[in-house]
Amino acid sequence: MKSKTIKVDYLARVEGEGGLEVKIKDNEVTDAKLNIFEPPRFFEGFLRGRKFTEAPDITARICGICPVAYQMSSSHAMESACGVSVKGQLRQLRRLLYCGEWIESHVLHIYMLHAPDFLGYQDAIQLAKDYPDVVNRALKLKKLGNDIVALIGGREIHPINPRVGGFYKVPGKEELDKFVEPLKWGIEASLETIKLTATFPFPDFEQDYEFVSLRHADEYPLNEGRIVSSKGIDIEAKDFLDYFEEEHVQHSTSLQAKVKARGHYLVGPMARYNLNFDKLPEIARQAAIEAGIGEECRNPFKSIIVRATETLFACHEALQIVENYDMPNRPYVEIEPRQATAHWCTEAPRGLLYHRYSIDDNGIIKDARIIPPTSQNQKAVEDDLRHLVGKNLDLSDEDLTWKCEQAVRNYDPCISCSCHFLKLNIKRE
Amino acid sequence: MTKKTKPKLAVWKFASCDGCQLSLLDCEDELLAVTEVVEIANFPEASRQVIKGPYDISLVEGSITTPHDAERIHKIRRTSKFLVSIGSCATAGGIQALRNFKNVKDFINVVYANPDFIETLNKSTPIMDHIPVDFELRGCPINKYQLIELINAHLNGRKPNIPTYSTCIECKRKGIVCVMVSKGIPCLGPVTQAGCGALCPSYNRGCYGCFGPKETPNTASLGAICQNMQMKDADIMRAFRNFNAYAEPFRKASESYEK
Repeated sequence: MKSKTIKVDYLARVEGEGGLEVKIKDNEVTDAKLNIFEPPRFFEGFLRGRKFTEAPDITARICGICPVAYQMSSSHAMESACGVSVKGQLRQLRRLLYCGEWIESHVLHIYMLHAPDFLGYQDAIQLAKDYPDVVNRALKLKKLGNDIVALIGGREIHPINPRVGGFYKVPGKEELDKFVEPLKWGIEASLETIKLTATFPFPDFEQDYEFVSLRHADEYPLNEGRIVSSKGIDIEAKDFLDYFEEEHVQHSTSLQAKVKARGHYLVGPMARYNLNFDKLPEIARQAAIEAGIGEECRNPFKSIIVRATETLFACHEALQIVENYDMPNRPYVEIEPRQATAHWCTEAPRGLLYHRYSIDDNGIIKDARIIPPTSQNQKAVEDDLRHLVGKNLDLSDEDLTWKCEQAVRNYDPCISCSCHFLKLNIKRE
Repeated sequence: MTKKTKPKLAVWKFASCDGCQLSLLDCEDELLAVTEVVEIANFPEASRQVIKGPYDISLVEGSITTPHDAERIHKIRRTSKFLVSIGSCATAGGIQALRNFKNVKDFINVVYANPDFIETLNKSTPIMDHIPVDFELRGCPINKYQLIELINAHLNGRKPNIPTYSTCIECKRKGIVCVMVSKGIPCLGPVTQAGCGALCPSYNRGCYGCFGPKETPNTASLGAICQNMQMKDADIMRAFRNFNAYAEPFRKASESYEK
């Protein structure tokens, strides 16, 4: 009887602290765990007693990589609670801000966290020695995303300008006009990124996922839409907890979500792409098809091409918004609090981000619930690991370990988010 | 000619949002130049490669919140020559220090179904409470240019140009009209350390103190002005009690307005 464990104590090139452990006995995978040891920070606990207007600033601190996502989900939830809807150019500015975060976050992951796996490098800095032009392009594209967030949000990390109801200050037309040429370059750079990632060597690995994302009648989803799945879910955000639930397991300080009726599911770029292909602009659809991923992608390793396609979408969308911008008269909509419970989901770069708040007539938060994308993907990650290791038992421990790390990185996991945490151990018994 | 070895830089994470270490990767224009002069020896968010210590510069992000982390920080100190805590979590305990004002068990019960699985300390505390720290870089998040200035100054053996005066000084230099005087917007600028570039006032918003208390802040005077502006005590308490809630001047101020 031969058994062993493949183990990574501290996963690199992911956001936050985690590891992985896969146990193998007689050439069968007996256990696959994504260990999350990121210290818990109890956001839902200390949101109680805070003002509803403070939620965007406080929840942004859950994640330094996607603070805008937290600001957007919380702001929309509070507006929904108070019966207000933010429309017109303010709505467009929010979409533009989110596009900036998608570009910054996706490019960080594609080039600095994920690409080195495919090209056999430890990190992007070593990659830069052999491919300086590629890394320089990546840095410039990432900066474009950050520049958009910084202009509209005030700064790249933990923007100060978004608020419940809109913004503290809105940019003038001439400030946005400066982005026209950079965004045209961004579209070209995204096309190059799609072409580059399409040349990477991909393992033959597909899974039967249940994809879950928002879907909007007219747009590729960012801030609003119904929650839909590839296995028939089609609901409003307020019904989320009727269809999905979270479990608390011992090896993770992040709760693990599942579809009540079926089990694990997948959120993020691949889910959005598969469920909203028809809403992508023509240029993005065509580039994705030419890159060979088709209208449906089930190989998680190819999510890097999907991310590149979404980067293209984000640049394209941002350009449309910039070109059609008219400075709104008022930077925000006045909001009076009232007693209510509200639910909202937006599409963070890593996938669906659910917020629920109960507030009282004075706008004091009585209860909060936040379900970030990485906790929703944990079970899918563990299922990928189980199947991937099962198919690759002939690899050396070193190669298998790297392959497993890569499989986790496919998800661009944000462990800081999930605890509001990740650690790989491969055990062969 | 002998080849000069580059100083080794390590980045360490404790309880945090990862935003401050991301600031280093957000230095898009400077990152490759930085790697010309320092070797990124341990930076798990950016690289699989781990080069053994000791490290010439250690950047420590996050606060101490678990028994395991309270041990780990001592090992990092022993292997670091120049250790800098970066960001509000590392310098003041961070937003998660809001637990310090309540019983942490109540929070665990709110978030987790099986509290027994969770190992955590009662308080979220800054790095300085556990080990000697060579420099504290403030901010939630830190300013990436201050980070580069700090690394640059250290490599060149000079004192970093990182002021400890108030946000008001930065605000005046930028020519921004005082939001508190002209618009009646409560602002923590007078008691908050500079470093952000007076960002909030330049966006028509009062400073919310994310760089923490300045040197010798007069929080009582600011609190009295806020009261004169008809601000309720509970709101003044909450204003002092956010990302740097456990920094002593802000802690005392918020406690004095707590019922």
